[in-house]
Amino acid sequence: MKTCLVVDDSKVIRKVARHILETLDFEVREAGDGREALDSCMAAAPDVILLDWNMPVMSGMDFLRALKDSGIAHKPKVVFCTTENGMAYIRAAIEAGADEYVMKPFDRETLESKLQIVGVA
Amino acid sequence: MNMIAALLEQRTGQQIAANRAWRIETALKPLLRMRGLETLDDLVAQLMMSRTGELGDMVVDALLNQETSFFRDSAVLDMVADAAGALQEEAGTRRLRIWSAGCSTGQEPYSLAMLFDERKIMTCSSPPEIVATDISPAALARARSGRYSQFEIQRGLSVRRMMQWFEGGEGDWAANPELTRKVQFRQHNLAGDPPPPGRFDIVLCRNVLLYFSGALRKAVFDRLAQAVRPGGVLVLGAGETVIGQTDLFAPSERFRGFYNLAEAVAPGARSALG
Repeated sequence: MKTCLVVDDSKVIRKVARHILETLDFEVREAGDGREALDSCMAAAPDVILLDWNMPVMSGMDFLRALKDSGIAHKPKVVFCTTENGMAYIRAAIEAGADEYVMKPFDRETLESKLQIVGVA
Repeated sequence: MNMIAALLEQRTGQQIAANRAWRIETALKPLLRMRGLETLDDLVAQLMMSRTGELGDMVVDALLNQETSFFRDSAVLDMVADAAGALQEEAGTRRLRIWSAGCSTGQEPYSLAMLFDERKIMTCSSPPEIVATDISPAALARARSGRYSQFEIQRGLSVRRMMQWFEGGEGDWAANPELTRKVQFRQHNLAGDPPPPGRFDIVLCRNVLLYFSGALRKAVFDRLAQAVRPGGVLVLGAGETVIGQTDLFAPSERFRGFYNLAEAVAPGARSALG
């Protein structure tokens, strides 16, 4: 079973994402900000991370940079999942190392198609 | 309800199964609201009094199943690109011709155009000619505009392709002219019109025939057989087949999952290429 770490400061989004991911046969872990997510990755790297942009403590972009510098051997795929839907944000995320980008709101088909594109579904 | 289903079948050949009749009311709700009508009976009454046929067009447009997405069944599109690559190599300087029949709002032909570009499938500097048809003027207008909502753009389309081929953001995305000029859109009724002129190397008719009656499906296969070039292929949707439906096509030995013209229709074409 593949593992997905959902990183979002919104409980509602984490709950919705968890529900969709579990129907896609993922084991789901949750983190409320980038710092928690980094700790979770250091403990055990997931296969894929669903990452919000704006979060307290550590933002999605800061997390992405920290993950790059962390020295984790097995780098998870990173799918940004955010309300930031301008091309400038998207380019910045991809240049920073994200593999895919989902603009909120999303549905099951969209998420599934993005997970297929990064090769984890 | 029966009259509305009959109108759809008469205009497009599409049937609404009894267990899908609920869809009629759901699909027509926005039209009822727009016309200030309360019930389907009111709509039927207006349809009967209408002289221009414009309301009938709107009803048909609303009822057509236009479900589609970029790179729908992406493995199949990869196989189409494989076939296109092989056929283009054999065609030499002749430009390959592709027909996307029942293209709805254009995601299938645009996906093909992107794939062909990535794979550099072309003769000299020309990529394959892609003709995309649909019965719905509204769907075609959207396809030609190349404009998609945030919801549509991210379903099936990778972010890298989106960045390469689309512009915009903040909810509305537009295909750039480099992509839109790769596809020619035309109105065409599969249920009654002859195929677009000329023969095609690849004809895609996915998830359309399943809405047709057996008799109409056979008639459509007759017309598709006129459109496929000997040695070319027909691509159907998952769960659709020619087997038991027509003798004009047979499973392709060369391109698995696709269909060639049967030996009797194009003698030598299958064995020569198989």
